[in-house]
Amino acid sequence: MSMEEKQNSQTSLDFNQNIFKPTSREEIVEIVKTCYRKNIPLEINGLKSKSKIGRNFQSEKTLDLSDFKGIIDYKPEELYIKVKAGTPLKEIIEELDKNNQQLAFEPNDFGYLFSGESNSGSIGGVVSCNFAGSRRFKVGSVRDHILGFQGINGKGETIKSGGTVVKNVTGYDLSKLISGSFGTLTILTELSIKVLPKPETSKTLIIKNPHLKKALDFLGKALSSSTDPSGGVFYPDYFGKDFVLNDLTHDGGLTAVRIEGPTNSVDQRVNRLSKELGLLDQELSILDNEQSNIFWSRTKNLEVFKKLESNLLRIVLPISETLQVIQKLKSYDIKYFVDWGGSLIWAVFETLNAKILSDIKDIVKKHQGYITLIKIEDDLKASADIFTIDPIKYKISEKIKRSFDPKRIFNPGKMYTGI
Amino acid sequence: MSTLQMPKVDNAIMSKKDKIALDLRGIINSKNVLSNPDELRPFETDGLTAYRQMPLLVVMPETVEEVSQILKYCNENKVKVVPRGAGTGLSGGSMPLEDCVLMAMGKFNKIIEIDYENRCVVTQPCVTNLAITHAVQDKGFYYAPDPSSQIACSIGGNVAENSGGVHSLKYGATTNNLLGIEVVLMDGTITKFGGKAMDAEGYDFLGLMTGSEGLLGVITEVTVKILKSPEVVKAALVGFPSIEDAGNCVAEIIAEGCIPAGMEIMDKALTKATNDYSKAGYPTDAEAMMIVEFDGTEHEVEAYIQKTKKIAEKNNSSSLKISKSNEERLKFWAGRKAAFPACGVLAPDYMCMDGSIPRGKLAEVLNEISRLSKKYNLPVANAFHAGDGNLHPLIMFDANDKESLRKCEEFGADILKYCVKVGGALTGEHGVGIEKRELMCEAFNDKDIQQQLTIKVALDPNSLLNPGKVYPILRKCAEEGRVHVHGGKTKFPDIPRF
Repeated sequence: MSMEEKQNSQTSLDFNQNIFKPTSREEIVEIVKTCYRKNIPLEINGLKSKSKIGRNFQSEKTLDLSDFKGIIDYKPEELYIKVKAGTPLKEIIEELDKNNQQLAFEPNDFGYLFSGESNSGSIGGVVSCNFAGSRRFKVGSVRDHILGFQGINGKGETIKSGGTVVKNVTGYDLSKLISGSFGTLTILTELSIKVLPKPETSKTLIIKNPHLKKALDFLGKALSSSTDPSGGVFYPDYFGKDFVLNDLTHDGGLTAVRIEGPTNSVDQRVNRLSKELGLLDQELSILDNEQSNIFWSRTKNLEVFKKLESNLLRIVLPISETLQVIQKLKSYDIKYFVDWGGSLIWAVFETLNAKILSDIKDIVKKHQGYITLIKIEDDLKASADIFTIDPIKYKISEKIKRSFDPKRIFNPGKMYTGI
Repeated sequence: MSTLQMPKVDNAIMSKKDKIALDLRGIINSKNVLSNPDELRPFETDGLTAYRQMPLLVVMPETVEEVSQILKYCNENKVKVVPRGAGTGLSGGSMPLEDCVLMAMGKFNKIIEIDYENRCVVTQPCVTNLAITHAVQDKGFYYAPDPSSQIACSIGGNVAENSGGVHSLKYGATTNNLLGIEVVLMDGTITKFGGKAMDAEGYDFLGLMTGSEGLLGVITEVTVKILKSPEVVKAALVGFPSIEDAGNCVAEIIAEGCIPAGMEIMDKALTKATNDYSKAGYPTDAEAMMIVEFDGTEHEVEAYIQKTKKIAEKNNSSSLKISKSNEERLKFWAGRKAAFPACGVLAPDYMCMDGSIPRGKLAEVLNEISRLSKKYNLPVANAFHAGDGNLHPLIMFDANDKESLRKCEEFGADILKYCVKVGGALTGEHGVGIEKRELMCEAFNDKDIQQQLTIKVALDPNSLLNPGKVYPILRKCAEEGRVHVHGGKTKFPDIPRF
């Protein structure tokens, strides 16, 4: 770039606009440098599918990364894809489909919940939120699939960590740190993500059973068996009707366990598992590949909460605690389902206020878990802590935040006050 | 022995040795503070034996509170601290500094809880990696990451280095198998990251600490996931007429959707050396030899083995053997596991490198290594965790000949630079430590490194915890030593290295 061009590009930024929609990294750098100099806070957005999650905060300007998109490099045989952070997840999945590959962490699609239709968001948003789907207990979370990234820190410096190879222990693993940081540490520009071949076959064992205790028992046994399941959920009676499929006419409560792999072995493992769980034929249905995929896609999309009016909480617990916690929560007016083989509860609260919220938090904390408020009424949102944190970790988080974003210009207050 | 620049020795601290020892004896049981040179000697090096340095003092705390108080004391008095687990690390991560208190965690050697319901084990950090599997195997469980030194290396050290192993292709490295840790920061703060639940909320400090090589905190408790042991494990031993064929076979196996539990390649030099050494029955005429292992249920393993067979034949395999029994499978591995000692027979010394490359670049990188081998006139043998692109060239040299050592170090640095050039990484599983410190600028620019240092300073403002490791001290890419083995004697000759 000549001196003249450089000056042109530097002056091309119209700083009077409130929404920046950059298409190049250079533009993002310029925006951040200006904001850093002028102490201007930025709200960072991708496709806004999850923008309602997190605390409300004040920001003068918005950085919209939806035009900063595109696949940079996809090497199916090396099992990675490198993309710009604003790339829609949908586009990535379509590209992977062509090579029969997938993102094994099955990110949730929050579009159904917030707007009634699919919006799986941008990959930058998926990584920033780190919400993984039903394969969590087998393949890990989103963060376990990030091989490397490039981002812009709060001073406008371009930084990177990791790379495109799986085995890499060079320096601190910042890919983990930026996953789930809700855009408060860096503006992600490029992401290298591990991809995996799709399993040849997926089948699902459906156990007709409305009882939570029994369901957790089934899930516990299944996950501890050598049949190697890759999904385990429990839907109580009220959600059963959402899953009526050709081979699933039962519309009551159900426990579902997914088995994936080479076709032969899937059949064998499904049979083995149903025997190990001591199930009678009339108690179960088996979903074939196509129906199994529909079932887990509905689960991943949180379709039972389509256009939900009330409050939704996401509760993560050690499996051993789930039964007790749900029993305690039942004293409130809740509807819920259990994912991750018993470790994740999605719970709808018809009524929620500060007192109830504080009581629920105490319960969950006592059982060594945590709550994220996914969707709550605006009045409550203004005052509630969306994420849980203890004072020591708050102090450490504050230091880490400052090390990336010293003037707190990225999504300030989105996670915690003062961060 | 090679020399390496370390942080400036603080003479004020050196002169206060007796006072510091006295103070520390006031904090912990006095017999757990070692100050006599004879007592300090065993701690002068770790698995990277080319570098040795006696510490000022050694402390052996017994509780997390003691760790906290020692760190707090050292922080307030500006005394450097180097944490150490089993001391098997290959990159010098726990090599002492002259003016440091070496914190040996050996007394944290108990498993605290086995929790089958949540499928995890809570343990103290100096329990060995293999001891965790031993503790749960009667119930049919195991801990998946398996660094080759697993009989001796500590789980806390595994966390600090983010250790991998043969099976990390399918099951991930330490970071993917960890649920929680308890950590003490340099200012004495005790905190827990993660727990028994699958995720923790907020910034992923668990992920940040894992692989931070003892620079950010001292690990005092670890919670790991345990998995149900696979029912069936089978391996295939395949010979290829060229490295290219072997490389293509690996890529195709992966692309076909088979994820093996482990997939190893050795070049002709190493195949011959290991076969002579261990009589493993390897095809010594092959230019490359591959061991590929699958685990799971019987049908699953069978399906993958059949697919592998077809792919191997398509890629011109010259020989193919499938294990018929567990004994035979272990025999396949025996040769591979003897790769290091086998090299010890071929030359007075060898240096083990640890670069990571894209799978598809295997042939290109091996050709470059062979070109460099001619250039430096030093023989080399190559072992490769092919599935995940982790390359371990073993450079043979004679450390008594200074020129030979210098050439070897230069050769090693050239290999690692080439790994980075083709899109790989400086280290796949051994860590940066002091060994690859000065090469960091090959992989990162100043801004990248500065960002990492800012994190370090945020948690340890005086840079007292394990200073001089990971990040370059010199502002140049100096070539320094690697894993150096003299006369076939590693620091721990009984520990398999592969």
